[in-house]
Amino acid sequence: MGRRNKSDDDGWGMLLMSELTKLTLKAALDGLRSKTFSSVEITRAHIAAVEAARPLNAFVLETPEKALEMAAAADARIASGDAGALEGAPLGIKDLFCTKGVRSTACSKILGNFIPEYESTVTANLFGDGAVMLGKLNLDEFAMGSSNETSAFGNVINPWKSASGGNKALTPGGSSGGSAAAVAADLCLGATATDTGGSIRQPAAFTGTVGIKPTYGRCSRWGIVAFASSLDQAGPIAKTVEDAAILLTSMAGHDPKDSTSLDVETPDLAPFVGKSVKGLRIGVPKEYRVDGMPAEIEKLWQDGIDWLKEAGAEIVEVSLPHTKYALPAYYIVAPAEASSNLARYDGMRYGLRAEGGNLTEIYENTRAQGFGQEVKRRILIGTYVLSAGYYDAYYLKAQKVRRRIADDFDKAWETCDALLTPTAPSAAFALGERNADPIAMYLNDVFTVTTNLAGLPSISVPAGLDSGGLPLGLQVIGRALDEGTVFSVAGALEKAAGFRAKAERWW
Amino acid sequence: MAIDAATVRKVARLARIAEPEERIEPLVQELNGILQWIEQLAEVDTDGVEPLTSVVHATLALREDVVTDGGDAARVLSNAPSSTDGFYVVPKVVE
Repeated sequence: MGRRNKSDDDGWGMLLMSELTKLTLKAALDGLRSKTFSSVEITRAHIAAVEAARPLNAFVLETPEKALEMAAAADARIASGDAGALEGAPLGIKDLFCTKGVRSTACSKILGNFIPEYESTVTANLFGDGAVMLGKLNLDEFAMGSSNETSAFGNVINPWKSASGGNKALTPGGSSGGSAAAVAADLCLGATATDTGGSIRQPAAFTGTVGIKPTYGRCSRWGIVAFASSLDQAGPIAKTVEDAAILLTSMAGHDPKDSTSLDVETPDLAPFVGKSVKGLRIGVPKEYRVDGMPAEIEKLWQDGIDWLKEAGAEIVEVSLPHTKYALPAYYIVAPAEASSNLARYDGMRYGLRAEGGNLTEIYENTRAQGFGQEVKRRILIGTYVLSAGYYDAYYLKAQKVRRRIADDFDKAWETCDALLTPTAPSAAFALGERNADPIAMYLNDVFTVTTNLAGLPSISVPAGLDSGGLPLGLQVIGRALDEGTVFSVAGALEKAAGFRAKAERWW
Repeated sequence: MAIDAATVRKVARLARIAEPEERIEPLVQELNGILQWIEQLAEVDTDGVEPLTSVVHATLALREDVVTDGGDAARVLSNAPSSTDGFYVVPKVVE
């Protein structure tokens, strides 16, 4: 099935349905605006792709009827000249965002068939700009995980396979595994995601996509199921750095309903992609060179350094002495905040309500049956470290170490404008490979948790492939509210890396 | 600081999570493993350091004290496991 354009001169030619899903968000927006194809057409193409990709288990809820309704409305606005910044673009929404009238579960049994009566601010921003919702995307339960293996809806399978892996099913990373897999498999033009310890950046690295966690407070958390309130941030996963910038510009913005939302203007971020990095000072933090780091990742990091040098940046070695304490500090702070945030799931006002002989039994049974094992483990750790007699030794201590980590970055900014590090200590691993020891799973976030603790913007850009053909990512970290520089550096890396590989379709 | 089965049971009660007996010993192992790993924070000198409780450098915003939302009980109750006459129906709380 094809669609002929009015003229071949503008280069579109015959656009097959399947080619519509290969477009970047930017190219699709251009095509929609120039009426080369309609939103209904490109949405139909993506609906078909989503259906065909069910083996990936990226979507936990498909919303094709709603998508086509939204697409038709978008086409009407394009026709009348009222097109918004994302008019007609089909996106996937991580199921941690409350979407009005559409089931939202945080991929937990405890929310049951919860249907929000309100729209999260971030999705309201996207839909207000004309985006179309294809459905809700899979994630680790309550965003707790680094492999999308704790979801009540089952594992997500990475579209990528390793040439040296014997066809094993790989993780797409987590917690935003569904978002990353969907973008990598061309099931949507972009996806929303959230990042508390690396849950946007690590899955982006594992799937060859771009993912950015903005400055804490850039995006509103209102309507996003809370995990750890001082760490959670929403952000996009996209096919290119420019696409991520377009999405983040729409998602971000001050929200009076979120008291941690910063009252600052969101710059138009796309123009920063492609800006020269000449004269920028790029810091390379020596403590990110960890024992046992695979040689391929070391090499990729060096490639990144060389590319930025060639592009005119100045490379500076910096020290972030408290780096190794970031993970243990995170695994006190995040569970503590989670134990508080998840106290609301008691079976009284929404979601699952279990049987029991009295009120306490109903609470205890509801939460025992409704929460998965990883979630329960973190609630127990959090409850323990906040309990009487232990608060000072654990939580207060962790918050002091957090101050030290933030101070390390402040000191680094005296000599550099952005930092370059690997995103993850390995490529995507096999499902089931790292489940024996919780700490082995936690170590996936060693390069990412630091910026959640310090509230800094950080992006992962696909930069190369490992020996098995799996994508590897590089991370750029910027000063608070300096997403502009982060996008400029990321754009330079993307250009130099020339990463064109796509997952070979096996589904 | 190692925890024992009694502590795990106490914490589970505080968290209102019914952990079956067969999970208690594995949880003792799992939680101790994590807490032991966290012990390394003791290596960091934090004397005189202010805890970092917020990365947002802003003061809490004030607004006019007027009602701008609410008043729609039906929407609030729409996901209730049990409700009647505009109330949530819950198990007896006060004996």
